[in-house]
Amino acid sequence: MKFGVIRFPGSCDEIDALRAAERIGEAVLLWHADRDLQGVDAVIVPGGFSYGDYLRAGAIARFAPVMEEVAEFARAGGLVLGICNGFQVLCEAHLLPGALLPNVSLKFVFRQVRLDVVEAETPFTRACAPGDRLSIPVKHTTGRFYAPEAELDRLEDAGQVVLLYASGQNPNGSVRDIAGVCNEGRNVFGLMPHPEHAVDELTASTDGLKIFESMRAHVSGLTPA
Amino acid sequence: MRARVLVRPKQGILDPQGQAVERALPALGFTGVANVHLGRLIELDVEDPARLPEMCERLLANPLIEDYEIEIARSATGQAEPEAEHVHHNAGPEAPAGTTE
Repeated sequence: MKFGVIRFPGSCDEIDALRAAERIGEAVLLWHADRDLQGVDAVIVPGGFSYGDYLRAGAIARFAPVMEEVAEFARAGGLVLGICNGFQVLCEAHLLPGALLPNVSLKFVFRQVRLDVVEAETPFTRACAPGDRLSIPVKHTTGRFYAPEAELDRLEDAGQVVLLYASGQNPNGSVRDIAGVCNEGRNVFGLMPHPEHAVDELTASTDGLKIFESMRAHVSGLTPA
Repeated sequence: MRARVLVRPKQGILDPQGQAVERALPALGFTGVANVHLGRLIELDVEDPARLPEMCERLLANPLIEDYEIEIARSATGQAEPEAEHVHHNAGPEAPAGTTE
């Protein structure tokens, strides 16, 4: 299993994502200006402030040369995980539905949140069971997930709402407490919480590893132990 | 040609920045203010203003969450004038839903 983690100018969580992925398999950094995905099995679009997040979070990064390759990779069924700013980039690129708006509080939030796994039949959550609760940190200012009501109904019906903030845990005002969504093909997944920051007992939780383990299980075609 | 693009949050989407400003004004004694919304003003010189709507749809605005309005300055000096010609916008109840590519 080979993960590729994109580094944009302004990324800041790419090394944590790389280290987290290395606990599960091989991992390499991919440069934003390169078109070579180096034969990876999965792409991680990490957190940070790509291209300074000028205009709107993720709006400029979407046009990076590497993102054209990522879009092609996703269309071919390749696994793409967007974390925080990566989630914003994937929404702006129309690889995921919806958009991320400024937190209702207008404040930067940085805390551990509890998440409910709604959909375990995805390549990113298959190491979980529906109803599992994960403890993973969030840290963002622009994390309020939004989509029009009709679109939200459609996403729920199609099983594309993968993770919810547990009751009372919504840190940003996201509609219907949505923390993570996938695309129709279920091979592209974005979430605001940072699974790569929850991979070691030192930081209180290793629940984030389940996301990476799920991806490995999907790629290797095996059921996780 | 000088153009201005006004980008604002779509109606019905919670605008906490607008609300914060709306709450701050009475604190300074400015009463009788309502429906404050914050947007973005983009000024640009363009050779072909016909391409502005596409620029808005693809980059300057996110049509899922924002409405935009394009104005072309009539002034030959290129300065934005109050009587700018309003050429295109995607706002209003009849506006198409968010576009896809």
